Amino acid sequence: MTEFDPARRTLLKASAVAAGGAVAASRIAPEAQAVTVPQVKQPEAPATVNIRLSVNGTDYQVMLDPRTTLLDALRERLHLTGSKKGCDQGQCGACTVIVDGRRIASCLTLAVMQEGHDITTIEGLGTPKDLHPMQAAFVKHDGYQCGFCTPGQICSAVAMLEEVRAGIPSHVTVDLMRPMEATPAEFRERMSGNLCRCGAYSNIQEAIAEVAGVKS
Amino acid sequence: MKSFTYERAHSPAEAAAAAARTQGAKFIAGGTNLLDLMKLQIETPTHLIDVNDLALDRIDPMPDGGLRIGALVRNTDLAADMRIRRDYGVLSRALLSGASGQLRNQATTAGNLLQRTRCPYFYDTNQPCNKRQPGSGCGAIGGYSRQHAIVGVSDACIATHPSDMAVAMRTLDATVETVRADGAVRTIPIADFHRLPGNTPHLEDALQPGEFITAVTLPKPVGGTHLYRKVRDRASYAFALISVAAIVQRDGSGRVALGGVAHKPWRVEAAERSMGEGAKAVVTGMLSGARTTHDNAFKVILVERTLASVLAEAKGYA
Repeated sequence: MTEFDPARRTLLKASAVAAGGAVAASRIAPEAQAVTVPQVKQPEAPATVNIRLSVNGTDYQVMLDPRTTLLDALRERLHLTGSKKGCDQGQCGACTVIVDGRRIASCLTLAVMQEGHDITTIEGLGTPKDLHPMQAAFVKHDGYQCGFCTPGQICSAVAMLEEVRAGIPSHVTVDLMRPMEATPAEFRERMSGNLCRCGAYSNIQEAIAEVAGVKS
Repeated sequence: MKSFTYERAHSPAEAAAAAARTQGAKFIAGGTNLLDLMKLQIETPTHLIDVNDLALDRIDPMPDGGLRIGALVRNTDLAADMRIRRDYGVLSRALLSGASGQLRNQATTAGNLLQRTRCPYFYDTNQPCNKRQPGSGCGAIGGYSRQHAIVGVSDACIATHPSDMAVAMRTLDATVETVRADGAVRTIPIADFHRLPGNTPHLEDALQPGEFITAVTLPKPVGGTHLYRKVRDRASYAFALISVAAIVQRDGSGRVALGGVAHKPWRVEAAERSMGEGAKAVVTGMLSGARTTHDNAFKVILVERTLASVLAEAKGYA
């Protein structure tokens, strides 16, 4: 199998579905068949909670340990693996998702806390056949190398432009009382919660500027 | 992360009562600091009381001309509120200099006040830390202490309080409103809210067990030029080495508070009488009794230079 064999991804997905317990509400199925595990003394099993998560317009019913972060619920239970786990402590922004229109770090919130909220991940912004304008701009401007930070960058950028439109100021806003300006300096400051180890920042900024309709 | 049980509270009194009822319970709102510490097992609550459903997300005018900021007002919304931007600009500026866009969308007003220190010895569970484990010692004293406090320190702890917001609130004479498990409400001046480390650095604020913050109130606007200058190792998304919050009036009088220098926002009202004499006079008054380390002695000079820059900038606006 080569590194780029598409079958590898399919295989991973199939095994993940077999191991996970999450199913869309509309098709609740019994837990996948139990597998035999060696008898190891387990710490006291935490009580699981049954919650409903609304992600990309679909309701999911899922039983999970209350310790599960939104990020882990999205990736490990709902198999929406677009959101990435980089640092798992809110510093890198790879896990950025949009909740009720606001970008947040999904690694620093619990899934149980997000019941009743509308969650949008990279999978909900666009599809390979119908890219979100920000996704298309990232492709056009080569706004990535390895791509690991890209879903977070794009979710963050989409919500960031909404923050500018809503008149929310930033650290580099000169006059707090004037309407916000969409400028590259504003984009740079406002995107500081998304790190790119490949250093694709200049291209990311060009992509954002194009979507915002300003000169980079 | 250690196991915990979880509930959603529906009123502040219910939240406080639930916290008093359950040993090891903690409130969770934004979660940006608490969950981080829970993953490291520095915080190990047995029960989480989610307070996000409480209707404490409004900023309301007060009869005295001030504002009452609900405990759950997110940092983004507080910084963006037109009344805050117009009349309490130092607070907007401080908030916007902190964290990232994502975290400001999550973090709340009350949670920001209750942040734990970012001292690396507090975060590293292999190191001694009197704050994390009382009596275990302090790794920062005699260790790598570039980020640490220079004033109000003790032999037990030289950690700083990481909040920018609280520094601005200290210049604004904010008041913290709380409710206790028995339903009793009280107000705590921001000056008395955070504690110095002394020999009990694990006790960081004036709250009693289960006591719940409902709001922060600001007195009526005092006018003046509002500035917040944060000096850090990179231009965005970093904690302060030092920060200066200042409100400067046309006649040169004013207020100053410092971040990054102490276990709490640092303000010395008596030193503000020297505002007309320039930064050196003010800082001499503010940092008298400073106890620096080899690594952080630069902060004394940095505070003076930053305040001088802030006062010069204020003069430009006057």
